[in-house]
Amino acid sequence: MTLPHGRLNEGSLPLGGTARSVKGASARASAAVSFRTLLMKEMLRFWKVSFQTIAAPVLTAVLYLLVFGHVLEEHVQALPGVSYTAFLIPGLVMMSVLQNAFANSSSSLIQSKIMGSLIFILLPPFSHWQLYGAYVTASVVRGLVVGLGVFLITVWFAPPPFASPLWILAFGVLGAALLGTLGLIAGIWADKFDQLAAFQNFIVMPATFLSGVFYSVQGLPPFWKTVSHFNPFFYMIDGFRYGFFAQSDVNPWLSLGVLTLAFIVTAGIAVNLLSRGFKLRN
Amino acid sequence: MTKRYGSILALDRVDLQINRGEFFGLLGPNGAGKTTLISIIAGLVRATTGRVSIMGHDVVADYRAARLSLGVVPQELAFDPFFTVRETLEFQSGYFGLSNNGAWIDEVLANLGLISRADTNMRALSGGMKRRVLVAQALVHKPPVIVLDEPTAGVDVELRQTLWAFIRRLNREGHTIVLTTHYLEEAQALCQRIAMLRAGAVIALDTTRALLAHIAGVQMTLRVRGTVPPSVLAHRIDERDGALVLRLAQPEDVGRVLAECQAAGCQIDDLEVGRADLEDVFLQLMAERLESERIPALATA
Repeated sequence: MTLPHGRLNEGSLPLGGTARSVKGASARASAAVSFRTLLMKEMLRFWKVSFQTIAAPVLTAVLYLLVFGHVLEEHVQALPGVSYTAFLIPGLVMMSVLQNAFANSSSSLIQSKIMGSLIFILLPPFSHWQLYGAYVTASVVRGLVVGLGVFLITVWFAPPPFASPLWILAFGVLGAALLGTLGLIAGIWADKFDQLAAFQNFIVMPATFLSGVFYSVQGLPPFWKTVSHFNPFFYMIDGFRYGFFAQSDVNPWLSLGVLTLAFIVTAGIAVNLLSRGFKLRN
Repeated sequence: MTKRYGSILALDRVDLQINRGEFFGLLGPNGAGKTTLISIIAGLVRATTGRVSIMGHDVVADYRAARLSLGVVPQELAFDPFFTVRETLEFQSGYFGLSNNGAWIDEVLANLGLISRADTNMRALSGGMKRRVLVAQALVHKPPVIVLDEPTAGVDVELRQTLWAFIRRLNREGHTIVLTTHYLEEAQALCQRIAMLRAGAVIALDTTRALLAHIAGVQMTLRVRGTVPPSVLAHRIDERDGALVLRLAQPEDVGRVLAECQAAGCQIDDLEVGRADLEDVFLQLMAERLESERIPALATA
């Protein structure tokens, strides 16, 4: 036993028929099938508990609309010519998209870490790009499904116009991808639910609530208005709302630029963490 | 290869080659480094120095081909609570890039006695059944190399027999099997070659037959009342549950020992004579290693 390194290797024993079919099984292994399967599994995971992952956030958003819309409808005019309830709807839709996209990737990872089932993802030959793509795409799908659910119910209260559906789609998808990526990073970083809850409650939740979901930043005092411009969530909400009303606090191209830049940076971090096996492979 | 966790040396210059088609055992006490070694082979842990290749594929540089060649049954009972047994296996098959693998999945389910539970949610399974699913997950992509890390820990006799019958069949068909187990009789019955680890180092590596030959002669377990004569005690190698374990050079010595005991007035309550088994080899090698570590320590004290 003086070989230079450990090997599970070719020996002198002949291989039988099954071994040849084994080689066949490996040879027909497809990277596309691997990716598709992980994506399907991630989507089925949230679909199987859809009361918790879809119905509950839709109900929460509708309650926000009922309470805030009823109380503030007569007192607030956030955008010229737009009722407060109509103004609120795109913000609530986008807030639901973002929060649920984050929740999907982060909860999937932390659960599988704590349950030990992450090993079933780490043993197969996934590349870090495949892992990233599957987790984030599933997050985008969940975010958009919840967002659509919120929209389909709230739209009956005050139907907003669809000034530019492409902006709606671009901000919806890109915003969900950004939060799905942030959820992935949080899930990789966190070792227990408590840490993930801290990430969610002390970063994602305040940033979402203080992004102009319930108000226009134009109505804020100058200091808070300036602070809002450092919050990337503000650009997501503002750009998404522009798609409905063709009115926004800042130029939608600026919002799209900020969102794209934030996505590229976070995606780069997430892919780097996955490629290094940070907190996943010792 | 070597693996360090800070100041702890988990694997110390381990250098192994496991041949294709072999049934190979990896034995050692808790903390010997068996699971660390398996984790490095599986790509779950990265070696500090050195490298591992599976079927010629480096587990880091050529991880895709290496992982396609490998199926691992982990020690911990892990499962995804959202899915049924069949869904779990279909997903695992898909992760390895295989679609339309239903026929093989059915065969694995049947061979592991899981057919009747195929549509049961993983949460509803007993520990033994979950263990079977873990084995099925490792086999679902027909890997040429199968690593089983304590696969029969805490499971019933029926599963052991079912599992070993299936694994033996896979081995006969050309699959390489690497097994860690605390049940040394299983290793003795199944493995063609065995490596023994202690404190991260390989302290023995040989065929099972050669390892058993390491302890020559006859082993005699004797339960007696009275004062055992020193000539008999000179053969003592161990004491288990109040019985003396003696090693004798040849079968003829058995009669002589019994005669000496009777001459000394001892009453013999129980007697067992047999060849040394793998457990004896294991204990002796561990004891020898401990002794060899103790002597230099004493010399430098």
